[in-house]
This record gives sequence, C-alpha cells and structure tokens, in this order.
Amino acid sequence: MTTPLVHYLILAALLFGVGLAGALTRRNAVLVLLGVELMLNAANLNFIAFWRFGPHPENLTGVMVALFVIAIGAAEAAIGLALVIALYRHCRTAQLDRVASLKG
Amino acid sequence: MPNELAFLPCAVVTLAGAVAAMMLRNLVHCALCAAGAFAGLAALYLQLDAQFAGFAQLLVYVGAVAILIVFTIILTRGADLRPGAAATSPAPWVGLLAAGLVVACLIGCLVSSPSLNRLPAATADAPVKSIGEQLMNQYVMPLEAIGLLLTAALLGAVVIALREPPKSEPPTR
Repeated sequence: MTTPLVHYLILAALLFGVGLAGALTRRNAVLVLLGVELMLNAANLNFIAFWRFGPHPENLTGVMVALFVIAIGAAEAAIGLALVIALYRHCRTAQLDRVASLKG
Repeated sequence: MPNELAFLPCAVVTLAGAVAAMMLRNLVHCALCAAGAFAGLAALYLQLDAQFAGFAQLLVYVGAVAILIVFTIILTRGADLRPGAAATSPAPWVGLLAAGLVVACLIGCLVSSPSLNRLPAATADAPVKSIGEQLMNQYVMPLEAIGLLLTAALLGAVVIALREPPKSEPPTR
C-alpha cells in the first residue's frame, strides 16, 4: 500500500469543497442537506485515514469516531428530511429562496 | 497488493459522484449519484483496512440515507422540475467562491506540510471483536449517548413530519 496520507487528505478536502459548494449554491433543501452529508463524510474519511496512518492503529480511535459520526449523520439526515417534509407541507415548496419569511 | 491500484478508481468514483450529485438538475439523478459517492467512500474505507466502518457506511448511507432522500424527493415532488426554473440560488458564484477559497486553503496547507507525506504502518486492522470490546469498555458512555440521540432524533423526525392540524390551512404559494 503505497498511497501516501496526503492523497487521502486532498481527496477529503475536495469532497468537503464539493459539499460546501452544493450546500451554498443549490436552491432545493434536499440537495443542501445532501451537501452537508458530503461534508460529514469528508471529515469521516480524514478520521479513518489518520487512524490508518497514525503511529498506534491498534487503538482504534479513528474507527470509533467514524462510527459515531456515521450514527450522527444518520440522525441528522432523518431530522433534516423530516424538516423538509414539514416545510413542504407548510409552504408547498422545497425551494429555499421561496421560504424567506419568518412568520407564516 | 491490490490496494495500490484501488485508490485512484475509488477516488474518481467518489469525487465524480459528489460533483454530479451537486450539479445535476434532476433530483432523483442527484440522489443516485450521491449513493454512488457514498459507495465509493465505503470502498475507500475498506481499502484503508477499516472493514467495519466500510460496511457500516454501506448499510447506513447507501442503504438508509439514500432511500430516505429519494422518499423525500418523491414526497416533496422535487423531481418534476419546470423546465425554465433555476436550480441554483440567485448568486451561485458567491458560494462557489467561498468553497473554492476553503479548498485552496486546505490543499495549500496539506501540500506544504512534509509530515503528511508518510506511508502507513505495515499492518493495521480493526477486527469486529476488538471494536465490540472497546465499545463496551472505553466507549460505553458515548455509545449510550448515541443510542439516546438516535431515539430522540427518530421520535423527533416523526413528530416534525406529522400532518399539521387542519385549521391552519397552508397558504397556496
């Protein structure tokens, strides 16, 4: 296995950037959530890469944190998508720029 | 070893899936491409010898989250886009500029740091047995907290997505 650590980190940075760009530019609320999920996954890739390349891989710290991040990501997706459905019920749209008023 | 060959295809699949998921117009296509990106990430975890995390990623993201996203797209009728409707916010270049700056800073730091160029330890594996032992000993409090969080989140999701009482009639557009 000769891929150095920095390749994984660059891939994670690019993935984070793609997720950030999507979350900042798309109009649909589902895709904004998807961008946030991509950013979470990029962080997860960093955790696992640092675990694998670290001096003490037998401690399993990175894998544990990655598992907890996966669980939190699942909870976040459930809540976020429920919010999108509630938003659609209330405003009849899931486009975020049409949901600009605070009351009503 | 197959690991040397596996990084590039996995990375390409992951990045291409992510870019397509953020750029395509049809939301169902976006969800499918995102599932591809999640699967590529799971392959990368497997390649990094983290088997349990890889299969958990496959089950949770490719299985559950992708299905949830497709259901939400169907329920909010996001798939039937009007042909003239814009898919991005009114000023997308601001977001693109911010994301580009973040990526440039990150990659600049990564490339300029010589200690990140190292190769991995000879062998590393995360057997399920030791993961279970650590979860029950060292990480038992976080595990319980995660369990509570997931329960609360799923109950909260059901409550949030419940139908509103009919007296508050939703405004039409």
